[in-house]
Amino acid sequence: MNLEFTPEELAFREEVRAFIGASYPKHLGDFGMREDMSPEDMIAWHKVLGEKGWSVPAWPEQYGGTGWTPTQRYIWSEENARINAFMPLPFGVSMVGPVIYTFGNEEQKAQHLPGIRSGDVWWCQGYSEPGAGSDLASVKTTAVRDGDHYVINGQKTWTTLAQFADWGFFLCRTDPDAPKPQQGISFILIDMKSPGVEVRPIKLIDGGYEVNETWLTDVRVPVENLVGEENKGWTYAKFLLAHERSGIAGVARSKRGVEKLREIAGSELIDGVPLMSDFDFARKVSQLEIDLAALEITELRTLAGEQAGKGPGPESSILKIKGTEIQQRLTELTLEAVGSYGTPLYGSIADAGSNEYPVGPEYAQHAASTYFNMRKTSIYGGSNEIQRNIITKMILGL
Amino acid sequence: MDFNFTEEQEMVRDGLSRLVRENYDWETRRGAVESGTGWRPEIWAQLAELGILGMPFSEEDGGFGGGAVDAMVVMEEFGKGLVVEPFVPTVVCAGGFLKHAGTDAQKDEHIGGIVDGSRVFAFAYAEPRGRYDYADLETTAKKDGSGYILNGHKAVVVGAPWATHLIVTARSSGDRRDRKGVSVFVVDKAAAGIVTRDYPTVDGRHASEVYLENVSVPAEALISEEGAALPLIERVTDEAIAAQCAEACGVMKVAHTMTVEYSRQRKQFGVPIGSFQVLQHRMVDMYTEYEQAVSLTYLATLKLDAPERERKLAVSAAKVRLGQAAHHIGRDAIQIHGGMGMTDEMAIGSYFKRLTIFDSEFGNVDHHMKRHITLS
Repeated sequence: MNLEFTPEELAFREEVRAFIGASYPKHLGDFGMREDMSPEDMIAWHKVLGEKGWSVPAWPEQYGGTGWTPTQRYIWSEENARINAFMPLPFGVSMVGPVIYTFGNEEQKAQHLPGIRSGDVWWCQGYSEPGAGSDLASVKTTAVRDGDHYVINGQKTWTTLAQFADWGFFLCRTDPDAPKPQQGISFILIDMKSPGVEVRPIKLIDGGYEVNETWLTDVRVPVENLVGEENKGWTYAKFLLAHERSGIAGVARSKRGVEKLREIAGSELIDGVPLMSDFDFARKVSQLEIDLAALEITELRTLAGEQAGKGPGPESSILKIKGTEIQQRLTELTLEAVGSYGTPLYGSIADAGSNEYPVGPEYAQHAASTYFNMRKTSIYGGSNEIQRNIITKMILGL
Repeated sequence: MDFNFTEEQEMVRDGLSRLVRENYDWETRRGAVESGTGWRPEIWAQLAELGILGMPFSEEDGGFGGGAVDAMVVMEEFGKGLVVEPFVPTVVCAGGFLKHAGTDAQKDEHIGGIVDGSRVFAFAYAEPRGRYDYADLETTAKKDGSGYILNGHKAVVVGAPWATHLIVTARSSGDRRDRKGVSVFVVDKAAAGIVTRDYPTVDGRHASEVYLENVSVPAEALISEEGAALPLIERVTDEAIAAQCAEACGVMKVAHTMTVEYSRQRKQFGVPIGSFQVLQHRMVDMYTEYEQAVSLTYLATLKLDAPERERKLAVSAAKVRLGQAAHHIGRDAIQIHGGMGMTDEMAIGSYFKRLTIFDSEFGNVDHHMKRHITLS
């Protein structure tokens, strides 16, 4: 047992660092997600990585994965987090991609995997419905067979960035009479430009529009777009959720966030001294850092287990719970650190066409909106309460 | 980066797991800790025979060349069985001082006896008014010819009733709490002037108040340089913390498993209480705490030979998080056991008590949080 990098891994880190330094789009800066990002900005790095062959590191090599070891993947995410890179969106790369190469047929692999790798095709996730959130298996959207098509009707919600999506993967009910709700669901790919697909934006508490309602009215989808077997969609959905969770810890990004928090609290003053030297505040930061150190090793242990042939299992629920708690805590402390300048509604006072920060320090501008936005993390991807139910069943055996 | 255990480590784990299962069931342990001397020398002899007591020493010192990860494996198994025999004071603490700073003569004198089980140590570092500051010492060491005269009162010296020898910290110069002026001595417990008052501890071990009245020790009793031992003490206690974190992981694992098992058996309102979501989620949180504790125990253990600042940050992180987890898991285990958890009839009480005391050994959550903040 050891935590050291081998000389080969150190060389790999140099290679990766040099590549990122030379290739990360300069105009994206080092601030990760910004409300004012264009859709082109959001896929800019994905496209560069697609060219390089590094956009889907975790996939099996035969489908374009890099064959990196867990340690190399760890180094890769650390190096991207160092510059706060805006990483490829998960919907294609970590969600539908693994479902297609694991359960899809050859035609589906040939049709869809290249566009996911290159970033040319934008995917969205049609899972939740107004009446099916944590109780996902109660989805009501129907897919009714009509010759060589399914006719799909229903309403999906929380479809993230669907306004830019080319394709979506949807859970639809194909057998309304199945004895258990989980048994009658199918996993269907839908071209978002199909007639009858309507995307309506939902404004969130941070003022942004990252999610939508997606209405499906008599949408005709070729039966070739069914992934795997009809009525087995729940199995694929669960598989996908476990994959989604394993990347959800966000350790590298949170580490960068703690550094940023220390910088902010180093320049904010309290009683004439830096906030970071205030014991009460420093204690909270140290607690966060300690929890993050624990999570980091837990994630590495999970990756090592995957390497040894254990797929992402129920342990990934721990990563989801702790990872999102830490991400939220980080935004709570950042908002606390900026003090009064967390208060202004910045979008409303920016001068049109100006890059100037209208009031207060630059770092304060996103503190409140990020805090508001990150409340989603303990709700999405299977709420943290659902994760606890999963651990109860799969690990405690209750 | 590698999280695997070696084949030898797996063998050690299996061997100790069998020893605990076959010879250290809770009833037997309770009988032993509540009567007579409170420990079982025959277990100590078995550990010597298995090579556990000689594990961390180099082969040239008469040991088996093991490292911190080996100690972690041992301590985790000890934790599962609530083993009280003084592995940490003897092998980790006294062994650590000797390994890192002992002269050849000191190693020759002591290590053989540790390895064969004939020499048992206790580590007398705490004082009634020093709390967790290893430099806050009222015990004094005055130069006397080539040797020293020790005077003072050492508090709650765990394992001292069973010890043949003591490691004693004392101030040889400077003012109380100065970082300079701290010295370490190895003292025969039978030396003239040592008086002990022995008592059991709440978590099933035995300890002593140790009074040193003009105890004369020879020059060879001094370990490392006179007055410059604080960094050595910090290193050895960090190693002890990592070992006790591994022990706490074992204790927490069993406490959690017992609780889940109990929730399966115990029925209320006509159903097992483990079917209640409110209890399920509490047990999930206990499990998550345990997994995080294991991760930080790995981190602390693997950083023991890192540069000082890195080592201290990792060890303090572990001690903070495990202190919190130990209390959390211990208290919730009792809560979920309900009234039965309050009785002296169930093993869970013993696990809870060990987890309670773990926090206050070698610095509690607040102490290590401060150290973490200072170094950050």
